[in-house]
Amino acid sequence: MNTFTILKFTIDLLAVLLLALGIKGLSKVRSARQANRLAAIAMGLAALGVLISSLGDVGISINAWLWIIVGTSVGGLLGFVIAKQVPMTAMPETVALFNGCGGMSSLLVAIAVAIFPLDSSQEVNFVNNFIEPISIAVSVFVGAITFSGSIVAMAKLQGWLSTPAWTQSKLRHLINISIGVVSFIAAFQIFANANSDGLWLLVVSSTLLGIGVTLPIGGADMPVVISLLNSYSGVAAAAAGFVIGSQLLIVAGAMVGAAGLILTNVMCKGMNRSLLSVLFGGSLGSSVSATKSPSEYSSITSCSTEECALTLEAAERVIFVPGYGLAVAQAQHTLREVSRVLEAGGIEVNYAIHPVAGRMPGHMNVLLAEADVPYEQLKEMDEINSEFPATDVVLVLGANDVVNPQAKNDPESPLYGMPVLNVQESKTVFVVKRSMSSGYSGIKNDLFELPNTSMVFGDAKKVLGDLLVELKELGVGRRG
Amino acid sequence: MSFITEALWVLLLGSLLGLELIGKVPPTLHTPLMSGANAISGITMLAALTLIIKSNDNLPLLIIGSISLGFALFNVIGGFFVTDRMLGMFSRKSQKNKVNHK
Repeated sequence: MNTFTILKFTIDLLAVLLLALGIKGLSKVRSARQANRLAAIAMGLAALGVLISSLGDVGISINAWLWIIVGTSVGGLLGFVIAKQVPMTAMPETVALFNGCGGMSSLLVAIAVAIFPLDSSQEVNFVNNFIEPISIAVSVFVGAITFSGSIVAMAKLQGWLSTPAWTQSKLRHLINISIGVVSFIAAFQIFANANSDGLWLLVVSSTLLGIGVTLPIGGADMPVVISLLNSYSGVAAAAAGFVIGSQLLIVAGAMVGAAGLILTNVMCKGMNRSLLSVLFGGSLGSSVSATKSPSEYSSITSCSTEECALTLEAAERVIFVPGYGLAVAQAQHTLREVSRVLEAGGIEVNYAIHPVAGRMPGHMNVLLAEADVPYEQLKEMDEINSEFPATDVVLVLGANDVVNPQAKNDPESPLYGMPVLNVQESKTVFVVKRSMSSGYSGIKNDLFELPNTSMVFGDAKKVLGDLLVELKELGVGRRG
Repeated sequence: MSFITEALWVLLLGSLLGLELIGKVPPTLHTPLMSGANAISGITMLAALTLIIKSNDNLPLLIIGSISLGFALFNVIGGFFVTDRMLGMFSRKSQKNKVNHK
């Protein structure tokens, strides 16, 4: 062992320790930010370790340095710019995009090693002839699924792709299973010879499989899928670790893979869905949309922002229920303005946050925190559900399925059993919505027909803006 | 065989550690945690680096390695910064935070 090897070993150990502490810390509110930085430092250390140990044995050529600098600066710069520019509302699709690129990276490494076997002067010859093709196949398979799946998830969240009707039929299982079988055959070809047609067949079939599995999944379940794909990219990284002969890569990949699986499971629980039904159940509610179409609404009361403002003025306790509609309308700041006026008028304001409100668990918290809403006013579902009966006005802003009483009352509803906010128990409910269209699940919302519910039609931002004007005209919150 | 047996142990222990690391996560942190873990999965940049270093100046390998490194760094740098941005919004509001508001 020379000095470089020892140094590299120490750095690797430190990096693994910091990564583990980072993942651990990210699951606690107080330590999350430092933990994220810790993990970032660990990644830097890990890269440094590779460079140092290479300098100590094979050396790094000028050409290699050049390409390292090009790759690092282009990728890093793009990542930095996107991370700084992207609006908070587009967070889920951003995570999906980053994740897909990680998968792509593992995929490319595996392809490169399959075509041009590495100079086996050092560590690589430990890699036994049997393990290398297997890890190449796994890395290609998982990497390609991660990439295509993440890109489809991103496109669906952005609204570039809708859910094609054929993907809801049972046929898709047959198609996906056939693609899966083709992938297996291709993988076996790779076991025999890494640089064969099997490699390209596997690349194509796993890419298709990623698309085929992700495309049928409805928007509401997308966060779970992204979380699962995130776990996959960890697995792909670990497989790349076997390909390249790096234990650090294997540890880190395995940790992310396993932790991602746990997080996926936690998310599923929050939505009262099982992972299997997310993956194979197709878009929620598609089967019932024929019998209960949203057009069946009768006895809808709609009202103007003026009436809404009058009711708010007379209220003592108000709860806002923000949903995805608020996020698309970018109305979180206007909402904060409205609540400032109400608070100044002596009205108690709280926000009810459903675990899966918005597009991703915790997404609403991020958006409202961006608009300076005090952390204490954000109430989680279990905490606030008991407070609805004592509440005068509930303002539902672009949320739909998470306030559907069907989930409690109708055992036949596909939503049945999902935990919801019991907004109907309050005195008055205003639902701000652009139209009568249904939510992600495509299921009719019984809340809209209740006698104490009024609909305020319009874009959340515009409605809130009008409301703000009306409230000010009424003199709410005027000091002195 | 020594690398393989060691590597399999490492795989097993790493997975077990990952399973234990996350227990209860408040819903608030689901998105940041996912994003942070996602950044870490860009660790595959080490594989891309190794590929370039061991390429023996073989041009196709250098190019593929560099593209792969770019993708990985996009994931890592973007992932960490975006996570930091999200978590920054949870920290106690300071005046300078308001500069970010449009």
